Amino acid sequence: MFVAWDQCELRPFLRGILLTDISLNEPSALTARAETARRGSAGDTRFRYIALAAAIAVLVIFAGVIASLIVGAWPSFKEFGFSFIWTEVWKPTKDKFGALGLIYGTLVTSIIAMVIAVPVGIGIAIFLTDLCPRPLRRPIGIAVELLAGIPSIIYGIWGLFVFAPWFQEHVEGPVIDSLANVPVLSTLFGGAPFGIGVFTAGLIVSIMILPFISAITRDVLETVPSVLKEASYGLGSTSWEVMWRVCLPFCSTGVVGGCMLALGRALGETMAVTFVIGNAHKISPSLFDPGTSISATIANEFSEATTPLYTASLIEAGLLLFVITFIVLACAQMMLRRMEAGKGK
Amino acid sequence: MNQTLYLRRRITNYLFIAFSLGTALFGLVWLGFILFALLKDGISSLSPDLFTMPTPPPGSKGGLSNAIIGSVMMSVAAVVVGTPIGLFAGTYLAEYARHGRLAFVVRFVNDILLSAPSIIIGLFIYEIVVVPMGHFSGWAGAAALAVIVVPVVVRTTENMLLLVPNGLREAASALGAPKSFVIKSVTWKAAQAGIMTGVLLAVARISGETAPLLFTALGNTQPSTNMNAPIASLPVVIAQYALSPYEDWHTLAWAGALLVTATVLTLSILARVLEKKRT
Repeated sequence: MFVAWDQCELRPFLRGILLTDISLNEPSALTARAETARRGSAGDTRFRYIALAAAIAVLVIFAGVIASLIVGAWPSFKEFGFSFIWTEVWKPTKDKFGALGLIYGTLVTSIIAMVIAVPVGIGIAIFLTDLCPRPLRRPIGIAVELLAGIPSIIYGIWGLFVFAPWFQEHVEGPVIDSLANVPVLSTLFGGAPFGIGVFTAGLIVSIMILPFISAITRDVLETVPSVLKEASYGLGSTSWEVMWRVCLPFCSTGVVGGCMLALGRALGETMAVTFVIGNAHKISPSLFDPGTSISATIANEFSEATTPLYTASLIEAGLLLFVITFIVLACAQMMLRRMEAGKGK
Repeated sequence: MNQTLYLRRRITNYLFIAFSLGTALFGLVWLGFILFALLKDGISSLSPDLFTMPTPPPGSKGGLSNAIIGSVMMSVAAVVVGTPIGLFAGTYLAEYARHGRLAFVVRFVNDILLSAPSIIIGLFIYEIVVVPMGHFSGWAGAAALAVIVVPVVVRTTENMLLLVPNGLREAASALGAPKSFVIKSVTWKAAQAGIMTGVLLAVARISGETAPLLFTALGNTQPSTNMNAPIASLPVVIAQYALSPYEDWHTLAWAGALLVTATVLTLSILARVLEKKRT
């Protein structure tokens, strides 16, 4: 690449060099060179420190999140202690709080979401890497990733006005009727068809996390050496056998890591869940019944929390959510890092 | 015996292909379902009033102008604050401390922040901005959004800088340029498109964020451009109006939802195009 001299960005430094080259012994040139070098190195140090400060700022934000949550949750922790985690009570009028109902809702919606999204997400990834006709790969891949781009609030409004009524009429009603006489399932899928509820929330969250699972699975499936696949096909394996016995075991760490990442997202999903979970502070045996989750409760009640203890309890619930997602995300990262490190071998 | 085994393997394989095809259709059906509902309910509620009139009390005519202005103001402030921090932190990771211990920790923490629930960010800003200030404000909302921008920009900046060939850096250093100069005029230039992609993705991400604004910016029914006071934002207005019992508010919520989705999807597609041009 050739650049005109007056457009060259390195000019000040080059001039320093050229001057020294031409007139090594001229004192003015030497001072000019020294001056340029000094200014350059001062700016250099400053730049380095700015970059370092920005990197530390990231750590400070993270530490700040934890510290502020702990400080905010302190009154509630002092009042309820660890029993906050396993008591199921939410009575703002009497200033009595226990987060078990919220934790239950968060975990159950996430489990439902994972049960649906993991097989489907992996299926999509396999379809896109191995089975899809080449010209369709890119458009379908982009379409699936668009699902991740749609904001949570849109899933919420769509879930409330469009999906829940449809689900109530065409799925919940028939399912409840047909399972009415089956022992365990009639409890799990019983009650009245509300349309909104824990199951609906889980289902919508599963759609939201699908793209994360399929994108990461797709990435790690690409790392499988084609020699392995070819050898396996050469032995007469079917596509299913190659995928199930060779490819997936080869990149299982990465796939599990991707699923953990998606789980982290599912646990903290807020607006979509708030709209469709029903916001009922009780643990119901039926998955179709309304419930609530940590994030939904905070979103709904935080700005209306009347007493300091109420606010502190909501923050403590938030702290619990953060701790849970931190553990899940940390595991996810460790697995994905290990996968990445293995790629180089 | 061998025939049955062969048949069984063939059937399993067909089932597998059918399952995999089915999952892809499943994903696409949801996307279609959502976009169709948005277009159906959104387009019918679009009108010029949306952009010119502020949010109305139930039962009267109005638009979303104050919410749009509030969202734009907070997003701009968030990007202006968040991008430089993200850019420099990403640069530190890629250029100064690739394998250092500090870089490892920063990378780890950054990836956690990237996926951390956004409502937690809202609580954090509530504790450190809203409580000391004593009231909800646009600045608090912008701060919450900035905290979301930073990790996105850090991640993309680092990834993009790592793609810059070392030869470029070495060539520039060999000419005598100090490291900061190499970064500013060589590696940043080379990774420009990629870094822009990161910023666009961050904007796309924050323009739909609702949870962190609920108790930082709160909302404001009056038209207000004062960042020091509660300010309306598009996602929060959508949430409030959708959960209200009024039919005309629902219509506005759908119109807002269409606007937000169109913005977000346009930005993400733009980012993708930019990224493709680079490679």
